[in-house]
Amino acid sequence: MARITAGLTTSHIPAIGAAIDLGKTGEPYWKPLFAGYDWTKDWAARNRPDVVILVYNDHMTAFTPEIVPTFALGCADEFPPADEGYGPRPVPVVRGHADLAAHLAERLILDEFDLTLLYKLDVDHGLTVPLSLVYGQPDEWPVRVIPLAVNVVQYPPPTGHRCYRLGQAIRRAVQSFDEDVTVHVWGTGGMSHQLQGPRAGFINTPFDHAFMDRLVTDPEGLARLPHIEYVREAGSEGIELVMQLIMRGALGSGVEELYRFYHVPGSNTAVGHLVLQPVQEES
Amino acid sequence: MTTYTSEFDDIPGTRVFTARRAKQGYHLNQFCMSLMKPENRERFKAGERAYLDEWPMTEAQKQAVLDRDYNAMLDQGGNIYFLAKIFATDGLSYLQAVSTMTGMSIDDYQQMMLHGGRSPEGWRSVRDGT
Repeated sequence: MARITAGLTTSHIPAIGAAIDLGKTGEPYWKPLFAGYDWTKDWAARNRPDVVILVYNDHMTAFTPEIVPTFALGCADEFPPADEGYGPRPVPVVRGHADLAAHLAERLILDEFDLTLLYKLDVDHGLTVPLSLVYGQPDEWPVRVIPLAVNVVQYPPPTGHRCYRLGQAIRRAVQSFDEDVTVHVWGTGGMSHQLQGPRAGFINTPFDHAFMDRLVTDPEGLARLPHIEYVREAGSEGIELVMQLIMRGALGSGVEELYRFYHVPGSNTAVGHLVLQPVQEES
Repeated sequence: MTTYTSEFDDIPGTRVFTARRAKQGYHLNQFCMSLMKPENRERFKAGERAYLDEWPMTEAQKQAVLDRDYNAMLDQGGNIYFLAKIFATDGLSYLQAVSTMTGMSIDDYQQMMLHGGRSPEGWRSVRDGT
């Protein structure tokens, strides 16, 4: 039986990818940020799952103004790094897990989550930057990845509550997969940031810490936070934080916080990172 | 306009990219997407006005692009992740392009970010002035 053994949250800022790709991680600006992931790199080397279900958002790279799927699951064998206008990132092709993805598609749709299914998907910084932060610069990614793309660009994105419920459904779906695979679920994006208008540069550190606290201890309550409060307290692009509730729902009711890191700034954004482990045994 | 949409108007200095704005900005955003192809970037750089005239955009949208007035592009239905294709073509980072919307110089904006970013105080609500 498949099992979800850990979850994590992390920002997926494009400039982080550029800093890695251009060898700038030791520069004074970037050094504290990357040092914050040293613990995780070590942990990840010792706790490698077979599959990562990676919740992220496409930044109008694979999607276009023509189609705006709310939840889209990557069901292909592989996902090439996208050219976002600067050329593709020099990172390995992301290998999928088509059997588990097909199983997830079936179970989640029958569980009344009407997913869009993607059989061709170029993945942008939203997906590859988290992989780089956790696994560094290997010749091949050490895990298979099932991308779950969430619309957080065009309002309304899904509610936090819907994301949390989808996470719970992912947990049920993984547990009913009849192969002995271990799974991590990553919720990426955030924390507070705004990339538009005179209010750009908005950062709210107290809100970000409270969000991380509640994600760990009160996800049901946090899931009720309306969109307007995300925009007011975390910035218009801070709405990405709803994706972290998918990860949290997938871990079950109780979690242990293994690690936390928070840093401002990463470019325009507050960087937040949690590593969590389910407390209860799978039932 | 629904309550859901109108509530966002209370957030200072912000244009939330709603379904209505997505419709308004459709052709502007499609033009942006075209810049993901190197050959289109070259054609655009060789003659911006002529390239823009190939798209059924409004004159205001075209002028905003020519002026690199990102706030005006937002007003015309643009969204930052589409508009990113324009500033990538110009060789600018997110930080450099985003700073132009704030009325600050790139250096001042960078310094603000290094000191913890823009404080929420005074930027939460037009109505309440908080």
